[in-house]
Amino acid sequence: MLFTPTVVKNLLKKPATRKYPFEVREPFPKYRGELVIDIDRCIFCSSCERKCPSQCIAVDRDKGTWQCDPYACIYCGYCVDVCPVKCLSMKDVHRKPSTEKTEWIEQGTPPRHKKKETPKDAAPKGTAPVLDKSAAAAEEAAPAATEVAPEAKAEERPAAKDKKKDEKKGKK
Amino acid sequence: MATTVIPFGPQHPVLPEPVHLTLKVEDEIVKEAIPALGYVHRGLEKLCEIRDFNQMITVCERVCGICSMIHGACYSQSIEELMGIEIPDRAKLLRVIWSELHRMHSHLLWLGLFADAFGFEALFMQFWKIRERIMDINEATAGSRVIVSVNIIGGVRADLSPDQLRWILSELDIVEKEVRELQDTMMNDYTIKTRTVGIGVMTKAQAWELGAAGPTLRGSGVAQDMRQQGYGGYAFLDFEPVVETAGDCWARSTVRFREVLQSADLVRQAISKLPEGELAVKVKGNPPEGEVYHRVEQPRGECMYYIRGNGTKNLDRLRIRTPTFANIPPLLAMLPECELADVPVIVLSIDPCISCTER
Repeated sequence: MLFTPTVVKNLLKKPATRKYPFEVREPFPKYRGELVIDIDRCIFCSSCERKCPSQCIAVDRDKGTWQCDPYACIYCGYCVDVCPVKCLSMKDVHRKPSTEKTEWIEQGTPPRHKKKETPKDAAPKGTAPVLDKSAAAAEEAAPAATEVAPEAKAEERPAAKDKKKDEKKGKK
Repeated sequence: MATTVIPFGPQHPVLPEPVHLTLKVEDEIVKEAIPALGYVHRGLEKLCEIRDFNQMITVCERVCGICSMIHGACYSQSIEELMGIEIPDRAKLLRVIWSELHRMHSHLLWLGLFADAFGFEALFMQFWKIRERIMDINEATAGSRVIVSVNIIGGVRADLSPDQLRWILSELDIVEKEVRELQDTMMNDYTIKTRTVGIGVMTKAQAWELGAAGPTLRGSGVAQDMRQQGYGGYAFLDFEPVVETAGDCWARSTVRFREVLQSADLVRQAISKLPEGELAVKVKGNPPEGEVYHRVEQPRGECMYYIRGNGTKNLDRLRIRTPTFANIPPLLAMLPECELADVPVIVLSIDPCISCTER
């Protein structure tokens, strides 16, 4: 008897839950769902790669590829914030679960050669008077990749450095 | 009387997280409990050697899956203290708003789990239904339900528009109304009282001596809350810790219940005092050499960060002491002389977050 009003109320009320797979809620516009890139606008500046906390983004300026490991991405949106040309954005729906592991590589047009020449020209100027020890050490370690910012390659990408070393060994 | 050894965990229906307690039982009465931890060690603190201090925010946010915002805020505040950065008042209060929303949903989650621990499924669903509104606020304003990721060194990333503030206030009114409807059940229901009143009693002196933290400490009558220090935006708000004196499971659940309402009040205060202005200040350079301690109040109690910088972008040391770690010795003091059937309720009454503890 004590519960009669509650029972009657509950019978007349709509359920608090949704019948999920058949009825999906409108997503919130600011929701950080899937990361998407408009590769045609990308200038391959590697800002996203440097900011990424899980280091899931790899940008290759020479080949013009932008690669992301979607399984390592933590959907923090730092890359979206830092992108200077706003080619990165986030969808308001999350990624569907996948049954097999896939690679996500975007192929774009690499930047023109004129841009590539400038850091090469600047490199000997910087090395002649050895001011910055870390920069010099970094160049010794990986002389092939001069176009990337010096601190980025030395400390943040030990894996990439090892790969390059391996490649060199293979060539020898 | 012969002693029987009964293992509690690491896989136990009441607690999804792995903590192991070896219970020495004499005829259904627990005589001794020996804990074993270390099942989910993740080594987050070591990561600060390879991730720079900005990237570490996202790592610190993932220390806890429920109160991530407060971990992120604590880390950011520590780095700001180390670098001598004064963040804008708007950023301080926005951090308070999200922190208190996190405290509310963490406590509502716990109240549901606690109801579930003594078999009150309907109450569990009611609390979690209310919690969903707060998760929606988080998702709509910050972009994610739990890992809101709004903190950056020097301020916050997301802003709240006047429309959103109005919406938050109206949602909070509904949440508060719905929580108050459950107040009578949670505090005065006969079944709940038989399972909680006088169970797992810890006196004020014991709580103080064993270094309890948070609602476990305040449930025993010690009025200590880190928010009293007035860190961050709490300096602008009126605040008084919630205290209960009984020291049993009922007192601890009541403290958390009242803190939900208090947090709603703090969010309202913060919104009413929210000034116009910048969201973040520009940060230049790396954290200098030096060390800093920072304490914040999490839903589970006092959380401490120790940070040592060395002038480079990587930190020398990051040490996190989470509240559950402090609450394990009090738990071991509560368990002796209780009945075996009450162990799940007592273990849950400290609100254990084992992933936090092991990091």
